[in-house]
This record gives sequence, C-alpha cells and structure tokens, in this order.
Amino acid sequence: METAAAPANAPAPARRAARRGGRDKTLLLKLPSVLLLLAWSTIPLAMTLWFSFQRYNLLNPEERGFLGIENYHFLLTDTGLATAIWNTLLLVGWVLLVTVGLGTLLAVLFDQDFFGRGVARVLLIAPFFVMPTVSALVWKNLLMHPVNGLFAFLLHSVGLPTIDWFADLPLTAIIIMVAWQWLPFAALILLTAIQALDPERKEAARMDGAGPISMFFFIILPHLARPIGVVVMIESLFLMSIFAEIFVTTSGGPGLASTNLPFLIYRYALLDFDVGGASAGGVLAIVLANVVAIFLMRSVARNLEA
Amino acid sequence: MANVKIDNVRKSFGDVEVIKGVSLEIADREFVVFVGPSGCGKSTLLRLIAGLEEITSGDVFIDGVRMNDVASAKRGLAMVFQSYALYPHMSVADNMGFSLRLARVPKEEREKKVREAARILQLEPLLARKPKELSGGQRQRVAIGRAIVRNPKVFLFDEPLSNLDAALRVQMRIELTRLHDELAATMIYVTHDQIEAMTMADKIVVLQAGVIEQVGSPLDLYHHPHNLFVAGFIGSPKMNFLRGTVTGSKDGAVSVRLAVGEALDVSAEAGHASEGAPVTLGVRPEDFTVGEGGLLRGEVLVVERLGGSTFLHVKTGSGDLLTVQADGDSPVRMHDRIGLQVRPGDCHLFDQTGLAIPRISRHPLAGEKPASTGRAVT
Amino acid sequence: MNRALRRKWTLTAVAWAVALLAFFPIFWMVLASFKTEIEAVSTPPRLFFRPTIENYFVVQARADYLKFAWNSIVISFGSTLLALAIAVPASYAMAFSPTKRTKSTLVWMLSTKFLPPVGVLVPVYLIFRDTGLLDVRTGLLIVYTLINLPIVVWMLFSFFKEVPREILEAGRMDGAVAWGEIYHLLLPLSLPGVASTSLLAIILSWNEAFWSLNLTAANAAPLTAFIASFSSPEGLFWAKLSAASTMAIAPILVFGWMSQRQLVRGLTFGAVK
Repeated sequence: METAAAPANAPAPARRAARRGGRDKTLLLKLPSVLLLLAWSTIPLAMTLWFSFQRYNLLNPEERGFLGIENYHFLLTDTGLATAIWNTLLLVGWVLLVTVGLGTLLAVLFDQDFFGRGVARVLLIAPFFVMPTVSALVWKNLLMHPVNGLFAFLLHSVGLPTIDWFADLPLTAIIIMVAWQWLPFAALILLTAIQALDPERKEAARMDGAGPISMFFFIILPHLARPIGVVVMIESLFLMSIFAEIFVTTSGGPGLASTNLPFLIYRYALLDFDVGGASAGGVLAIVLANVVAIFLMRSVARNLEA
Repeated sequence: MANVKIDNVRKSFGDVEVIKGVSLEIADREFVVFVGPSGCGKSTLLRLIAGLEEITSGDVFIDGVRMNDVASAKRGLAMVFQSYALYPHMSVADNMGFSLRLARVPKEEREKKVREAARILQLEPLLARKPKELSGGQRQRVAIGRAIVRNPKVFLFDEPLSNLDAALRVQMRIELTRLHDELAATMIYVTHDQIEAMTMADKIVVLQAGVIEQVGSPLDLYHHPHNLFVAGFIGSPKMNFLRGTVTGSKDGAVSVRLAVGEALDVSAEAGHASEGAPVTLGVRPEDFTVGEGGLLRGEVLVVERLGGSTFLHVKTGSGDLLTVQADGDSPVRMHDRIGLQVRPGDCHLFDQTGLAIPRISRHPLAGEKPASTGRAVT
Repeated sequence: MNRALRRKWTLTAVAWAVALLAFFPIFWMVLASFKTEIEAVSTPPRLFFRPTIENYFVVQARADYLKFAWNSIVISFGSTLLALAIAVPASYAMAFSPTKRTKSTLVWMLSTKFLPPVGVLVPVYLIFRDTGLLDVRTGLLIVYTLINLPIVVWMLFSFFKEVPREILEAGRMDGAVAWGEIYHLLLPLSLPGVASTSLLAIILSWNEAFWSLNLTAANAAPLTAFIASFSSPEGLFWAKLSAASTMAIAPILVFGWMSQRQLVRGLTFGAVK
C-alpha cells in the first residue's frame, strides 16, 4: 500500500554515483598551479636553509664546508645587522604612519562629492603605478638634487639652507619616496572600503545629530578598522622588502645609514659573494616576514568566502 | 512516450539527508506539481531528476532507462529556472538556439526551430534583443522557449513564476496550462504556492522535510487529505483545526465532543479511533455557515472584505481563532458575536497521530481513490 | 553662495591641492622631458619654456632603449599569458567543484607571496646561473609567472564565483560541458574580471624591481633595470632620461587608471572588496 515514503528505518543500500571520475578531473586542472607553486616555495627555501649552514663564497667556490651555525653567529653579532634591522623598522614604521594616517583622511576627502572628482582621483592614484626605479630617479635628480633639484631651489628662495638629502638624511629621503609611492595604495583601498559603507547608516547617524567629526570617529573609523588592518599588514610585508629605491639612490649609504635588511643581504650575496652569510640573512628575513604574514593570512582566510 | 519513475531516491548533502526515500511515478503527458514549504526538498528532487545534483542512493528512470549516471543534457529534459538563467551576452535567438548549436545542428534547421518556438510564445519581435532589454515576463517566455526548442521528453520548471508580479503570475499560469495542452508534453513543476499547484496540476505531490506526504489530483487532496499537514497546506485560507474527543460511533458517523463543549457527528468511518481518544476536527473556512445558533460561538475580531467574499476571524470561547469565509455581502461587523454551523459531511477528522480518519464517501470530483497513501505526520 | 556650494568648492580646492601635490613629481618629470638638457637642469627651474619633442626621438632612436622596452613587453605580457593559462583551469575547478580543501589551498597559494624575495635571492640566482637563465628573458618570465600566479588564481576564482550558478546550470542542461562551458559561457561572462586580472598582472610584472635588477644585465633587462642603470648622475642627461621614463611609465599609468576599482580586490588578496 505504501509507495510514497519508505519507513525511516529501512536499510538503504549506499550506492554512490560515480564520483571518482569527477574528482580526478578537477585535480588535473589544479595540479600545474599547485605543483609549480609548491616547487617555487619549497626548493629555493630549502636551498637557502642548506646554504645558511655552509661556508660558500662565490669567489672561492671550491672551499665548501659545513659551518654549523657559524654564519648565524657571525650575522647576529654583526653590528651592520642591527643597523639594518633598525632601519627596516624605521622605514616600515614611518611609511605606515604616513600612508595610513594620510590615506584615511584622503579617503574621507575623496569620498565627498566635489568638482572633477574622477580626474583628481586619477592624479592621486598615479604614483603607485610608477615603477620604483623611475620614481627613485625623479626624486633623486629632479627634486632632491642639492644643486639642480627643485627642492634646493625652493628652500633657497625662502632663504633656507639646501639639504643634501642623500648625504645627510638618506633614510628620511627614502622614507619620503616610498611613502609617496604607497600613499595612493592606502588611499585607494580605504576609499573603496568607505564607499562600501551603507549610506543608510550614515543617514541614520545624521538623523541622530552626528556632525562630520562624530561621523568620522563613530561611524567611519570603526568601519575602516578591518581594512586599515589589512592595509597595514600588506604594506608591512612589501615595505620590509624595499630594495630598488635604495639600490638606485644611495646604495645603502652613506655607510649603512640607509641600508635595510634586504639590501644588507643583497650586499652579502652579490657584492661580497658570501652565499653562506647571505643565506643566513635570508632565513632571518623569512622568519620576520612570516610573523607578519600569519596575521595577514588569518584576515584573508576569513574573507575567502568571496 | 515520456514517463518518469523515481525509485526510493535519497539525497544527502554531507551529513544532512534532505531527500529521505522518495518513490513516485509520473505518467506520459502528466502535469505534475511538487509542492511544499521551504526546505521540503522539492527543488532538490527536481534537480536530481535533471541531473544537476548526484543521487546518493536510489534510481531515476525516464522511459524505463536508468538515468543516474547520464549527463543532464543527454536525459532528454529541459529546465526552466527560477531566475530564468538566460545567457546575458547572447541575443534571444541565440539563447534559444544554444543547445542546438552545441549539438552541431545545421544553421538552417536551428533557425527554423527557434522561429517555431518563438511563434508559440509570441517572441518573434524580440529575437534580436538581449535579455537585459526584456521585461520579466518576456524573459520568462524566452526561458520557456529555450526549453521548447530542445523538444524534450520532460519539461522541468523550478518555481518559474516566483519572480513575477501577481498579475503577470495569473496570466502566465494560464499560458503554461495552455502550453501543456498544445505541446502534449510531460511537465514537472515545482512551487511553494499551493494555488499554482491546485490550478495547474493533473497530479500534486506534497512534500515535507524530504518525504512525500501525499500524491493525488488537486481535488483528491482537497477533499481527502491524508494527514494534518496536507489538510493544512492545501486550501487557502488554511483549514481550521479544533481539538476534541471521540464519544462514540455508529453506522456512518463518529460522534465527537469538542473541547469547546459542543458535540457533533462526523461522517467518518468508525473503528479508527476508540472511545475517549483525542482527535482533531478540521473544517475549511468555506464550509462554515454563519448563523445565530450552531456548533460554535465566538466574537468576530477582524473582518476582511474582498468584495466577492468576506473572511471573518472569529475567536471562540475556548480561545481558538477560526477563519470563516462568508458572503461578499455579509452584514457581520467587528466585535459581533456570531454562531457557526457546519455539515457533518463537510468535516474532516484526524486521529491523535495526525492521520486522517477516512470519510464515509468520496467526493464525486475527487476521482478514484489512489493506490498510494501518504505517511502520517508524527 | 549657499553653504552647500561653498562647502563643495572648499572641498574641491583642498582635494585638488592634494591631488596635484601627489601628482607633481610625475608632472615635473614629464615637463622635463619636453625641455632641452640645459633647461632641464637650470636654476631656477623653469615652468614655462618652449617645449620640444626632440628628446623622445633621440631616445627612441637608441637601439638599446627599444630593446629594453621590448623586453619589458615580452616579459610582462608573456608571464601574464602563461599565468592565465595555468590559472584558468585551477580557478575554474576551485570555483565550481569546491572541495573541503579548496579554501586552504587558496590561502596557501596566497601565502607563497609573503616570502620576501631577498630570502631566496641566493638559490634562485645560483639555479639561474647554472641553468643558463641569467640575463635571459625566459628566466625573468618564469619568475614573474610564479610570483603572480597566486594573485591571478585568486582573482579569477573570485570573479568566476560571481557568475550566477544557474546560468552555468542552464548551459549544462543545454549540453555545454567543461571546455565548452568555459569557452561559451564562463569567459564571456567574466570577461571584465579576466581583463582586470590580466592588467594587474601586467602592471605588477612591468614595475617589478627586485628580480629584474638582480637577474638581468645587458641582454634581458627590462625598462626597470635600464632606467636604474642611470643612477649615477651625469648632468646633461635629465631631459632624455625623463623622456625615456615617461614612455616607460605611460602605458602602466593608463592600465592602472582603467582598472583601479578591480585592482583593490587583487591588491588586498580579497580582504577588501
């Protein structure tokens, strides 16, 4: 009589539809990407680790041998390392401060309606798309040059002494250049985030009597908390690896005044040809980067529901 | 010939079983409607037939051929989606002809079939337009046209009218029924709207929580619901339910005393419930008559006037809220105290497990009693 | 002037001041490219002068500039195409046949970008040296494909997921399978997303300035390295260098302007949309 629902306790043979074929097919599609990235992320890393325990100098390639942790010992006792790390922190810290602070304000500003907003926005964003070597040369020679640069001219015309940026304030000069390049990044990201803010929330706040200051502190800033976190983390990761600007302008100098960690390692590797030492430095850089990356990954993973 | 057989099909998503052993037979040229509340599994069942989801266990047969492992496009089906799912970057003509193009049908024949489908649905002037230039109703028809072009054995519809406004929905209902007649095709239609089910179906399948509650013709379900769920789901406004106890039975009737106090004889088969057993009495709003005395008395809380009929929401002495359908000219007003009467033959009786106690006689329009019966609601 | 209008003008003034200030170095460089060499380094610097386009001709006539420009083009476009070819199937698979491991795979892929390049400078350099990939376009192309692959996969994945599932199901009912589905439906419907992903990859490759500086020399250097080679000042060069730089950055400025909205997604690895 009962042909509709089978009683719940009747055994149902678990016959799986052919799933195996389907799963293999997608695996093949994913395999190239996964394998390539796996190779890229593990093999060089393993080699760096290996080299860091070796004595290996490209000038005397025959003289190889196991050094244990001597490379690390040498690295960690090198005063240059402390300077490099300190410079890295200064560079990252100041650039973050300027880009995020100013970027937030600019994002709020550019969210408003004003004349020619589209064009102004294009102008604001442009510096991020200029290649680092070009921007370095522009700053070094056209703007900051102690003789021919525009800044020299401007300071001179108001009676101030000219600043020889790259000799006297090399790290500051680098910081200014890098901040200029990355400000658009922060501003663009935060502007996009602000524009995602539900207009009804702002209207409700306005009905409740919020003026622009209150609006900023109670509505906009909390909304931006997460994007600012993302910007900070992503910028940190990339700022820790700043290289080209230093390479093109000061070569880390004078002395080590504008050397950051990547440049220091570069010097070990391709100027001193000390593979062992450079590898130890590389391991250090990787460890530091991982610390920041862990926080970033959690934020990314949370948002990955796309 | 295009019949469909579903044999003890189950579907799980991970650990959650959403279709719990459904068996069903659909005859050639039938218009079958799967209906039920949200989450009952009706769309999932449709998608299992279509091949868009994989069957966990059980079989689906179309014309006697097992379709479990056959690709969707090769099952001889066509589907109309709730959101129409038209290809936005193609013209109406290309949308309708896409399947033929993939099957490498020569251009001339393709164009002929598209034109024919367009003629049936009055889409000819729109063939060159893109979907975004069309209204909702027009897009709906293109989606149907896309299905017609494939000349399928079975048409599948997944809540196709939900995105249309009320007036358009009524119009499309008529068109779909007419289409069914003209194409003489088997159609399986999913909806949550029991009015669509009642007006269009040859056969209705009521689903709840992955299980078939009842299968039958619209009037069969209306007059002879197998359990409380089906009784409450079919018919709008919903059937009224009152608690009572069996006081005795005689030939051709069961005596029931309501919790409210009144007693009446219901034309139901004796022997299904013993004396003293709790039962539920079901009365449809349209089966109540308003009078002075009667089975029940109550105060009118709300009067809804539709012009052609009036719905009274009445609160009885025991606190039950009843819906009563009265004449469009009914003089009843808010706060009136009225009496309600009902004929014993119009009542439904359900035992304590929710299963219907069979009525003495079958309604003449309800057709033969089907072989299948529904599962009780516990 | 009523208050709203006055406010708008104030905002305009402030915003434009900031925008012009930010753009100024670029503007100054472009200006210099139209000056003669003397004018370019004159003190006081001149804002008004008679412009000349001679510098552009001179730069373009130099065979090596064209070679380096061509290197940039080949490497950027080549690595982007290669990355797309590898990423499209993977993103397709992950978007439409997700498994329990899909999410962690994506996160892992993105994590490979967090590796500081300097950490693997040594082994990559040595491997390239020993396999003859140093100072060869292919070498840099491979590196760029690898470092951009995570972003390309991720961006394509997120754009593919935005294609309404029902349209693809309708396609499946109509008979489109796998490659047919990708070709007829997926790519046309996600074309803007694929375009902006490609633009971002091109921009990142074009501007990349670590591997390009360390893995190339006279032969395979792209424009980044070419321009870097002029870091030692030689007074009479600025106008021409500015012209060369302007040409080097112009296409990227246009690309960036065209895709700025969508770039946000790729640049923040999806954390901001």
